[in-house]
Amino acid sequence: MLRLSRNPGADTAIKLAAVACAMFAFVFVVMVPLYDVLCDALGINGKTSDIAYTAVPAVVDTSREVKIQFIATNNDGMPWGFRPQVTQLTVHPGAATDTFFYAENPTNLPMIAQAIPSVSPSRAAGYFHKTECFCFNQQPLDGMASTEMPLQFVVDQDLPKDIRTITLSYTLFDVTTMAGGTIAAR
Amino acid sequence: MGDHHHGPAKGLSRWLFTTNHKDIGTMYLWFSFAMFILGGTFAMIIRAELFQPGMQLVEPGFFNQMTTLHGLVMVFGAIMPSFVGLANWLIPMMIGAPDMALPRMNNWSFWILPPGFLMLASTLFMEGGAPAFGWTFYAPLSTTYAAPSVTFFIFAIHVLGISSIMGSINIIATIMNMRAPGMTYMKMPLFVWTWFITAFLLVAVMPVLAGAVTMMLMDIHFGTSFFSAAGGGDPVLFQHIFWFFGHPEVYIIILPAFGVVSQVIPAFSRKPLFGYASMVYATAAIAILSFVVWAHHMYTVGMPVAGELFFMYATMLIAVPTGVKVFNWVSTMWRGALSFETPMLFSIGFLVLFTIGGFTGLMLSIAPADFQYHDTYFVVAHFHYVMVAGAVFSMTSAVYFWLPKWTGRMYNETMGKVHFWISFVGFNVTFFPQHFVGLAGMPRRVPDYALQFADFNMMSSIGAFVYGASQILFLYNVIATIVAGEKVSDEQVWDGAEGLEWTLPTPAPYHTFEVPPKIEATPAHG
Amino acid sequence: MSIKKSLITAGAALSALPVAALAQNQVNMSPGVTQVGAEIYDLHMLIMIICIVIGVGVFGVMLYSIIYHRKSKGFVPSQFHESTKVEIAWTVVPFLILIGMAVPATSTLLEVYDNDDAELDILITGHQWKWRYEYLNADGENVSFFSNLATPQEEIYNSEAKGEHYLLEVDEPMVIPVNTKVRFLITANDVIHSWWVPEIAVKRDAIPGFINEAWSKVEQEGIYRGQCTELCGSYHGFMPIVVHAVSHDEFDGWMAAKRADKDAQIAAASVDLSLDALMTEGESVYKTQCLACHGAQGEGGVGNAIAGSSIAMGDLGVHLDVGIKGVAGTAMQAFGAQLTDVEMAAVITYQRNAFGNNTGDVVQPSDVAQHKQG
Repeated sequence: MLRLSRNPGADTAIKLAAVACAMFAFVFVVMVPLYDVLCDALGINGKTSDIAYTAVPAVVDTSREVKIQFIATNNDGMPWGFRPQVTQLTVHPGAATDTFFYAENPTNLPMIAQAIPSVSPSRAAGYFHKTECFCFNQQPLDGMASTEMPLQFVVDQDLPKDIRTITLSYTLFDVTTMAGGTIAAR
Repeated sequence: MGDHHHGPAKGLSRWLFTTNHKDIGTMYLWFSFAMFILGGTFAMIIRAELFQPGMQLVEPGFFNQMTTLHGLVMVFGAIMPSFVGLANWLIPMMIGAPDMALPRMNNWSFWILPPGFLMLASTLFMEGGAPAFGWTFYAPLSTTYAAPSVTFFIFAIHVLGISSIMGSINIIATIMNMRAPGMTYMKMPLFVWTWFITAFLLVAVMPVLAGAVTMMLMDIHFGTSFFSAAGGGDPVLFQHIFWFFGHPEVYIIILPAFGVVSQVIPAFSRKPLFGYASMVYATAAIAILSFVVWAHHMYTVGMPVAGELFFMYATMLIAVPTGVKVFNWVSTMWRGALSFETPMLFSIGFLVLFTIGGFTGLMLSIAPADFQYHDTYFVVAHFHYVMVAGAVFSMTSAVYFWLPKWTGRMYNETMGKVHFWISFVGFNVTFFPQHFVGLAGMPRRVPDYALQFADFNMMSSIGAFVYGASQILFLYNVIATIVAGEKVSDEQVWDGAEGLEWTLPTPAPYHTFEVPPKIEATPAHG
Repeated sequence: MSIKKSLITAGAALSALPVAALAQNQVNMSPGVTQVGAEIYDLHMLIMIICIVIGVGVFGVMLYSIIYHRKSKGFVPSQFHESTKVEIAWTVVPFLILIGMAVPATSTLLEVYDNDDAELDILITGHQWKWRYEYLNADGENVSFFSNLATPQEEIYNSEAKGEHYLLEVDEPMVIPVNTKVRFLITANDVIHSWWVPEIAVKRDAIPGFINEAWSKVEQEGIYRGQCTELCGSYHGFMPIVVHAVSHDEFDGWMAAKRADKDAQIAAASVDLSLDALMTEGESVYKTQCLACHGAQGEGGVGNAIAGSSIAMGDLGVHLDVGIKGVAGTAMQAFGAQLTDVEMAAVITYQRNAFGNNTGDVVQPSDVAQHKQG
């Protein structure tokens, strides 16, 4: 065993100090990435992937129907109009589906928004594949402008049989200042 | 052996520069008592506001500052340093060592505490007030929505954390390297064992708390988004990291308390501790399990059911080694020759009331039921039973038990008993009704409440004032003892007490065991 | 009768106080008005009774010792100090008891998580310091409204007697039909909140940027009250929840009225109102939304004074900005999204004319709409 000091007490102390530093590093280097990896893999916190899914040719499972609900919410201080084209769709797993969300900037100033998706039940997140989503990028809009933001998705055929409803919620955040610097304080 | 020391230095510089474990232990104990009074004052303000429905004394924002500071000061300023003070005084004497392994680091461990707490208390006078987000400081209330004082709160936590880590490193280094020859690990008193295990927990998880507050600092000042959904982060990540620290933290608080009780009960039963080896293994089991149960503080956060089940089962499991310890203490008393001096009263009080807290803990571990308990006064009742009637009673027991050895004077036994009974009654009147209002629907961290909770809240407040007042009696007894208590000179002090510290002169000399003692072949376990 | 049922009956007898909703000095959890809630209550009683039985046993042994094993009575202490058999016994037996508890706990938890196949979905958003409810309608527009504390500040600050539902009353309750599986989708606008109604046995954290789900099927008509259960800032204790469970017919009628309301609101926003009408509505909005921070006489407190304020008596555009967009870095929220144009116009008019301000300004809903455009 490596001896770091002739004083046995100091030797123990230095090794323990190293453990303490390792635990501090552990938070940043292990806990944060591990949380993201596990959430990604297991869909634990309902977060969907933030990169586009590459669709593979698949047989549509016409024997099954899944209800998809869309929710649009604004976060604190976000003044945009934001709503889904339809609040609900029924889809078959494997079938690529298109829809839109409308956004309008009612102020005179250009702003930038970020839509953050969240899926419920959280374990469905891993089976909800977005091939195209406005949430992958920040959305700039000039003052008084509006836009249609596309969403294309496919529900995986391996979606557990006991999930019949998936709710996809987008929260719209104002990131105009964040895009330029630190979080705007409340 | 020639005494070439000149005895302790005189005046302020003695205390500022001391590297003597007894001096440092004394400073920790006095500091923690002062923090206990400070945290207790915040509690009195809380209970005064909650005496009746309606807002009478403070604004809701200030009330939240009181609940936050009460928690932080009690946990980090009162309870933890008090047990570190005990560790400093007792561990070297109990293992036959002359001092701690790193005496100068020991001095630093203590002396960074007062400035740390001064910084924390000063936030009360800052723009926007002191931290008001609870001692658990969840993001984003503690990041995006926090008052400017949050930055000083973060620095204070770093300072307190460094103190704890240094103290724990010292304790481990001392125990591993400085036991007298013949004192094997399985001959150490249980108090030493519980601190040994606690110190490892501290070294492992205190840095995690430091990581959490550093991430907060980065989110607030450096544009990161660890805990902000807008930037791709997650507020729940904060809770996982915090409670990964937070759950072992509560065992850090209670394990040394278990150690004290394991010394006091055998002494006043005149009978060895029952099941020494089991007690060691049970303590280790509790410590190891404490790493895998953290999310039972988060049952309502929206975890998938598999996660909830895992954490429920793991948490329920901790009841097994904890139960083993309770049964062992009761078996120690069984067929002993009991006497009920003040230290024993507080330890028996611990045994009864901590067990009640343990039962409510088991109820809380049941995830579906916890949906009705979480964030209500039922939880507040639970943790005050285990932390006040548990840890604080144990610390009080320790002070009465070892004060004669430390000072060479006996405290006033009648006053001690009065202190116990007023504390016992006051404590229960304060916290037992909180189970009721919690079950009936009263949330925690609220400055006002619906009318059906009024009677029990008034009762609870009255109990709190009584319990608070009785601590002044304790202070008086301790000071009167030191200044003018009846002198004690037997080494043994208590006829049933076992352990190396009871072989030393009373009061214990400034330097002890400069020559290691001979350890008997088969001593009774401490 | 099974052992479990006997224990529960015994326990129910023990907690003989009325189980009626929100009874005075209630000491126990209420079984509530849902099946899941009743299961949770049974589980709670089971665990509690097992703990009481074990506690009585352990404390009984201690008490016996305290009485009979005393030095003062001359008792000579034994010296036994270990027994592997006994250690194994009191490790294994509690472990088995825990398994007995874990089985019903698991099945109840799985029920709590059975969120699918609901007949009605409601989006619940926690704000500092009120709730917003949005009924998701598959076909038409969603119905959405805020639910604010209705208890007057005079009651809170002790100048008026407190009403029966002090701190547990709101201006707009959530209304749901009985015997219907309702799914709650829960999120937050700013910080973490938590939505809890004890008698419906639903508690779920509201996390900004994330959606959680919970469900309930209320079996009894009635009014059920709850509170926010996650510290969310100064007024955490002042954002209650009220749920009215009503018959299907009543629910349909209420929903139709709400939809009509919404259309009426849109129409109202284009109509000009009299000063009197604006002042009356404005006073009501002020009391609900502004008074807590700005004072009953506009004297200020946590928030700045409105009486004699340079903002309330100065440039109207600046005043509207403060009300609509809030003030970053302070507790003044952006009320633009929380109030209708009619309400905003009314409260700004009120502030500009009450408390001795007397500017004579009249702000119309269309002024507000125009200002929002910039």
